[in-house]
Amino acid sequence: MVKLKDLIQKEPIMEGGHRMCLGCGAPIIVNLILRTSDAPVVLANATGCLEVASTIFPYTAWRAPWMHSAFENAAATASGIETMYRALRKKGKINKKINFVAFGGDGGTYDIGFQSLSGALERGHRFLYVCYDNGAYMNTGVQRSSSTPFGAATTTSPAGLVIQGKLQKRKDLTKIVVAHNIPYVAQASPHNWLDLTKKAEKAFAVDGPSFLNVVSPCPPGWKSEAKDTIGLSKIAVDTCFWPLYEVENGKYTINYKPKEKLPIEAWLKPQGRFRHLFKPENAELLKQIQQDIDKEWEALQRLASL
Amino acid sequence: MGKLVALTGNIAVATAMKQINPDVCAAYPITPATQVMEQFSEYVADGLVDTELIATESEHSAMSACIGAAAAGGRVMTSTSSQGLALMWEMLYIAAGMRFPITLACVNRALSAPINIHGDHSDSMGARDSGWIQIYAENAQEAYDNQIQTVRIAEHMDVRLPVMSCMDGFITSHAIDSLELLDDKTVRDFVGEYKATYPLLDVEHPVTYGALDLQDYFMEHKRAQAEAMKNSRKVILDVAREYKKISGRGFEYFEEYYMDDAEIAIVILSSAAGTVKVVVDAMRAKGEKVGLLRPRIFRPFPYAELADALSNVKAVAVMDRADSTGAEGGPLFMEFKSALYNNKKQPLMINKIFGLGGRDLMLPDIEMVYRELRDTKNTGKIRTISEYITVRGEEAAYGKA
Ligand SMILES: Cc1ncc(C[n+]2csc(CCOP(=O)(O)OP(=O)(O)O)c2C)c(N)n1
Ligand code: SF4
Ligand SMILES: [Mg+2]
Repeated sequence: MVKLKDLIQKEPIMEGGHRMCLGCGAPIIVNLILRTSDAPVVLANATGCLEVASTIFPYTAWRAPWMHSAFENAAATASGIETMYRALRKKGKINKKINFVAFGGDGGTYDIGFQSLSGALERGHRFLYVCYDNGAYMNTGVQRSSSTPFGAATTTSPAGLVIQGKLQKRKDLTKIVVAHNIPYVAQASPHNWLDLTKKAEKAFAVDGPSFLNVVSPCPPGWKSEAKDTIGLSKIAVDTCFWPLYEVENGKYTINYKPKEKLPIEAWLKPQGRFRHLFKPENAELLKQIQQDIDKEWEALQRLASL
Repeated sequence: MGKLVALTGNIAVATAMKQINPDVCAAYPITPATQVMEQFSEYVADGLVDTELIATESEHSAMSACIGAAAAGGRVMTSTSSQGLALMWEMLYIAAGMRFPITLACVNRALSAPINIHGDHSDSMGARDSGWIQIYAENAQEAYDNQIQTVRIAEHMDVRLPVMSCMDGFITSHAIDSLELLDDKTVRDFVGEYKATYPLLDVEHPVTYGALDLQDYFMEHKRAQAEAMKNSRKVILDVAREYKKISGRGFEYFEEYYMDDAEIAIVILSSAAGTVKVVVDAMRAKGEKVGLLRPRIFRPFPYAELADALSNVKAVAVMDRADSTGAEGGPLFMEFKSALYNNKKQPLMINKIFGLGGRDLMLPDIEMVYRELRDTKNTGKIRTISEYITVRGEEAAYGKA
């Protein structure tokens, strides 16, 4: 099992000095996951904040081999890299074990990269796909994605006089990935480093595709305070907006059950993107959000009890 | 020296791929290219190649996987047509910009809409600015020969660019033709071992591929890419000459058919050149000084050499199997016009758009073009710069002349 002492002694693979915002969840997630790898890693990255802000030629924040080629194809790219690894290994040109990891934002994973992710999972490549889910296209200025929560204001789902932010619910990508019957799928959060690193360890250990969906606070997009990033990811879990669970070969396990589920307002309130929901006339919307979360949490518990 | 066989163009290309034995192939089916990968999959299933195959869920992912595999550090090949090439579009530019020596067998097919499965050059012509080297084959033999050469051109250290080798859908890809194969060892010796440059899998020497490249460096990288394309001119010639030594076959930048003393000439790509040759033979038998110029290399466009080849001709018809709607003629025509712009001696030039969506080009159609060229030469007047031929419709003046 991962020990915090060992973790912090390892050199980070994503080095500091990059240009991601103060309080961005993504680099925390990336480094926690990569530090748990027992083998050297080779990385594929979709276009998005993580890519743009970590490599501005001639600089790079990456201490491991890293590749970005386009927005919608991190999984396909990783599948090519992993396949070449197998080809060269077969020929005896390479011997050591390497772990392959693809990173994509929610846009690059839930939306435009959805097909290439699905294809790569179905083909069974040995790689870990990590979605750092900040709930919008942040790199292009906070446009809605299919991961954007119901009610959130983004630049393409603004809160206006007649429309109150995003009218649609989130796509449940984690469950869609589970439907691919891959060996390991989990949802995690950066505030719970132990849970996240355990999941990364399990993901690296499987002989096939694995998938981690990790909630990733984004102060400019969420209109939250940089200092609240870890706190907000904890509240996301304590309100059951973002339950921590894993699915190993089809078996669901909830990894953390809050003793007392916090009301969703606790998560919505500190985020400016939900400000309009607290107008008296939007009370119904708040109620609806809470109901949806309750329903989903119950459904998840049922799945875990099977 | 070689073995004489009867194969379709697709199987000839798949055979070349088998002999090359690449490390990774990633592809997605599309008519008429499908057969290339189907046949190759059989070689994989029968253990005749060491290749790892990725049957992706789309052509976009096929090219993305090729790019990932090439970055990882090995030899990579793929094949597609038409909509498949169009879906790869974004990634074609990225493959070239990242300087990966990927090779692609493009079985030319018309782009939709209307949907059509037959051959024209709208797919590869649309990709002419993507940074790929482009080679066009007249027949199955040449498709086979080109496929083998693409690897050497792409992987040359002065080039490191992707190469697309094109043949006409159905006409070449599906018709059985007789051709000569080299033996496996000759091909393997010719292509040699793959040399990886900065492979991603070298974890001791980590590299970053695909960094954000802004105003301060982007142009230098694009210029380096343009230089590599320039360098490929010499490499293409060297490789063609070396290939001729081992096979006794092949052309360099282009093929000239009775061009020495030709007064009028047709310029045409790929399989249609075979039909034109039949007409040239018949007209030559009657003493008419007609010729044919068939470019083999379209990118890099051999401007000086092609202009030179036409400089003694009085009238030329460049025949395009693709249009560039809104421009004054098809893509091949525009290249030739600009190639000749700075030449002292310039032939009169006309353009015919033919064969879209696989429409046949018959012998009388070609004769008619030569007749028009004769009139053009004699009168010094161009009736119309560019027009569609072999097409219905009153507005087509062609044939009334
Ligand atoms: C094919 C294509 N379409 C659009 C874009 C523009 N684009 C770049 S990053 C991005 C959004 C990325 O969002 P996400 O994947 O959620 O990552 P984030 O920026 O939020 O980290 C968009 C729309 C692109 N690069 N490529
Ligand atoms: S905009 Fe958001 S996701 Fe992008 S770097 Fe800043 S905090 Fe991170
Ligand atoms: Mg995002």
